Amino acid sequence: MSRKVLLIEDEPNITEAIRFLLTREGWHVETHAEGSDAFELIMASRPDLLILDVMLPGKSGMDILRELREQEDTRKLPVLMLTARGQLRDREMAEKAGVSRFMTKPFSNTEVVTAVRDLHAQASKA
Amino acid sequence: MATLNVLILVCLGYVVLLFGVAFAADRLAATGRSTWLRTPFVYTLSLSIYCTAWTFYGAVGYAARSGLEFVTIYLGPTLIMISWWWGLRKLVRVGRSQRVTSIADLISSRYGKSNILAICVTILAVLGVTPYIALQLQSITLSFSIFAEADPSGIYHEGTSVFWVAAGLAVFAILFGTRNLDANERHHGVVTAIAIEAVVKLIALLAVGIFVVWGIAGGVGPIMERIDASEIGRWNVHRGRWAAITFLSAAAFVCLPRMFQVMVVENDDERHLRTAAWAFPLYLLLMSLFVVPIAVVGLDLMPEGSNPDLFVLTIPLALGNDWLAMLSFIGGFSSATSMVIVAAMALSTMVSNHIVMPIWLSAQGRRASMSGDVRDIVLLSRRISIAVIMALGIVYFRLSGGGAALAAIGLIAFAGIAQILPALVGGLFWRGATRTGALIGLTVGFGLWIYTLLLPGMGGALMPASVLENGPLGLGWLRPQALFGIEGIDPMVHSVMWSLSLNAAAFCIASLVSFPSPLERLQGAQFVNVFDHSAGPRGWTGSVAQSEDLMIMTQRILGAAEAHVFFQAEAERQGGRGYLPEPTPAFLESLERELSGSVGAATAHAMIGQIVGGSSVSVEDLLAVADESAQLLEYSGQLETKSAELARTARKLREANEKLTQISMQKDAFLSQVSHELRTPMTSIRAFSEIMRDTEGLTAQERTRYAAIIHDEALRLTRLLDDLLDLSVLENGQVNLNMGDGNLQDVLDRAVSTAMAGSDRPLRVRRNRASERIPLHTDLDRLGQVFINLIANAQKYCDAPDPVLTISVHDVGGQAVVDFIDNGSGVPPEAQSMVFEKFARVGSDKAGGAGLGLAICREIMQRLNGEVSYLAGQGGGAFRISLPLAYKQAAQ
Repeated sequence: MSRKVLLIEDEPNITEAIRFLLTREGWHVETHAEGSDAFELIMASRPDLLILDVMLPGKSGMDILRELREQEDTRKLPVLMLTARGQLRDREMAEKAGVSRFMTKPFSNTEVVTAVRDLHAQASKA
Repeated sequence: MATLNVLILVCLGYVVLLFGVAFAADRLAATGRSTWLRTPFVYTLSLSIYCTAWTFYGAVGYAARSGLEFVTIYLGPTLIMISWWWGLRKLVRVGRSQRVTSIADLISSRYGKSNILAICVTILAVLGVTPYIALQLQSITLSFSIFAEADPSGIYHEGTSVFWVAAGLAVFAILFGTRNLDANERHHGVVTAIAIEAVVKLIALLAVGIFVVWGIAGGVGPIMERIDASEIGRWNVHRGRWAAITFLSAAAFVCLPRMFQVMVVENDDERHLRTAAWAFPLYLLLMSLFVVPIAVVGLDLMPEGSNPDLFVLTIPLALGNDWLAMLSFIGGFSSATSMVIVAAMALSTMVSNHIVMPIWLSAQGRRASMSGDVRDIVLLSRRISIAVIMALGIVYFRLSGGGAALAAIGLIAFAGIAQILPALVGGLFWRGATRTGALIGLTVGFGLWIYTLLLPGMGGALMPASVLENGPLGLGWLRPQALFGIEGIDPMVHSVMWSLSLNAAAFCIASLVSFPSPLERLQGAQFVNVFDHSAGPRGWTGSVAQSEDLMIMTQRILGAAEAHVFFQAEAERQGGRGYLPEPTPAFLESLERELSGSVGAATAHAMIGQIVGGSSVSVEDLLAVADESAQLLEYSGQLETKSAELARTARKLREANEKLTQISMQKDAFLSQVSHELRTPMTSIRAFSEIMRDTEGLTAQERTRYAAIIHDEALRLTRLLDDLLDLSVLENGQVNLNMGDGNLQDVLDRAVSTAMAGSDRPLRVRRNRASERIPLHTDLDRLGQVFINLIANAQKYCDAPDPVLTISVHDVGGQAVVDFIDNGSGVPPEAQSMVFEKFARVGSDKAGGAGLGLAICREIMQRLNGEVSYLAGQGGGAFRISLPLAYKQAAQ
């Protein structure tokens, strides 16, 4: 069974880069560029791992994360959050909202790949 | 045996002698040959009216009853004379420089010529002195009765003798005390007569003393043995009582109206005080020298139950020495009469000046000051006052039953009079003392004196025994002789302690709390600093000096420059030489108006009046008052300004703080957004460059595509940085406009072609070229930049399937207006107000812009004196540019 990652990111070039990296890692990568309907999509798509941008059109990644953590099914879903706003406050907010890993753009490719591997390993163990 | 008839004859003879002396002295004074009457010794002897019949007879009685305590009566004045002569000198100087007529006048004058204070002091004095006068009448009556007992003819009747004695004294006081109205209120005749009486009573007492010591006891040695053997010789010192009575007698010495009369009013030369400072204590010493021997011998010699107050008289009588008894009687008579005459004179002056005359004047209205018979009215009111005071003395004598010990009555009177002390001393030494303070202090002290000493002392007639036992209405802590539960003190000490301490406290507190009137301040300065300016007559020599002083005073109030201008203007108006105007009434009037604007009408009037009137107020005093007022005015002005300034500063600070907070928040938001906008392209660049570096076996196609992404994102970064710099320059106003002449059509042509070349999105542009031929004088490049931005926006954001941008040009009210309207869905109403803010991007579309374009457009249009705005309700995205026309700009 192939592993599925859902990437919600409104910057097409970044989406393409991450898709390239994770596909090579053996992931099935689904993408979406809109915040407003992201939650419904996640619930429908049931990914093994979620990569979430913070500043999204329609709805903030932070709000989406909070909603996910309120749901029984997605409480333990590994979420890797990416943001271009490199402020400490954003990290604190994300951790409070229940993020699994928080990374600031620009990231190194290895960093992203390793994070995805780690998160998946932890989730499988549990 | 001397008969009563002989005694009465001797008395009459003595009185006639006194009349003669007084009359002669008045005549001498009237002819200006009175210098020998006014020696320091006459002054000192006149002070001896302190020693009344109470001292003459009473001291012996006092010693017989209470031992050495009688010394305190002499101790107080002695201490005052020796250690406080400088205070007395100040009192005398003030009294003379202010021409006061009585102690009531002095207090009233000090506290702003307040008549209510004068009335208070007068009533206090009458109440305090009446028992004292009664005491003198009693002593004369008693001494008469001693002789009457020995006289078989029985013509003596106590009631009538009191009346005749009082009447005789009243006649004397009226004849010599109110013969005429002297501005200085000096009575040479009376003073001379008193001096003679002082000598007579001293000789009489010394004679009795010598007779007792050498005639009866047999010399100094034996009398000392007798004294040692007697109770009197032991020092039974009751410390509280000693201190209280010493203090009281000192206070009374200063405050008693008759003492004030001889010491201050009748004083001719204040240097006399220097002599009196040693001579008067010496006189007192002589007066007290034989008191103890007489008392001791009297107690031994006289039968049990005889009145010790009369030992001075009864001892010679008992031993058959009639002539000595007669001399002693004359001595006592002298003591009593001199006291009564001076006291009646002093009181009548006070009563007439402060009670009768004000009432008469107000009853007469304006007529009084015109009619010229005021002198007679004053004299008449004084004469009647003397008679009334004498009558009061008789009434008191009858009421008190004539039985109380002389000393006790005397002390009660002392305690009452001493209530004036705080207001008097405070007035002399403390400029802060006020009328209100004096009034409240006097009232408190006087009330307590009546309640705790006078009423209980009068027996059951005026205060029921139940009040004395249990307090009024059963309130134990209000018992007259144990106020606030403090018991076991001598009633005398108790009353003095409470009345004087509360009097002084009330005086001080009320003075501190209340605010003095200008006249009070002036008088306060006058009294307290009396030595600084009253040395001689004031030297207002000529009018120029006056003008100079007025100038100095005006400068203090108005400031130097303004005063100078005012005086110069006035001098010119008078047709003047120099800068000082003559002090004509017109000038003074206008100066007063000028000053009253600053210090108030009353003060201005008083100040000018004092300078021009040549009154004894010194310039320094006036300036002190002026300075104080000016300082107060200035200070309050400063305070107002300061508080207004503070409020303004606080508001400014608050505003600045709010602005800073806002700016700081804006800055944070801006930085955060800039960070975001920079990081996004950098993320792509880094990700793809790492992919190209790390991934093996990329296809050529992939490699090309990723390189293109990196290239695009690098361009995006550059654009962003350019925009940021551009905006920063525009916002800081550092931009240099490159003004030039051109045509709107050309600018639009260039903008459209540039915009179309930069993007491959399809957009049709519709224009009406004919309407675009408008000349412009502006920065053509900057204007083109705005147009390009707007066209590019339409390219990026117009969401119609067949995007069309219509550019139309109008001339509206002297402005060139260019509208850019596309056929897309436009900007949602809620975002329309935001489109010109930095990084305000509407909708989800990522069209590669950083969101600074419209912010830049707005800044540029502002620099070009134009405007860019969003046009709502056009169906699609619609922006309007308006800018001044060339001819208009040229015209400016």
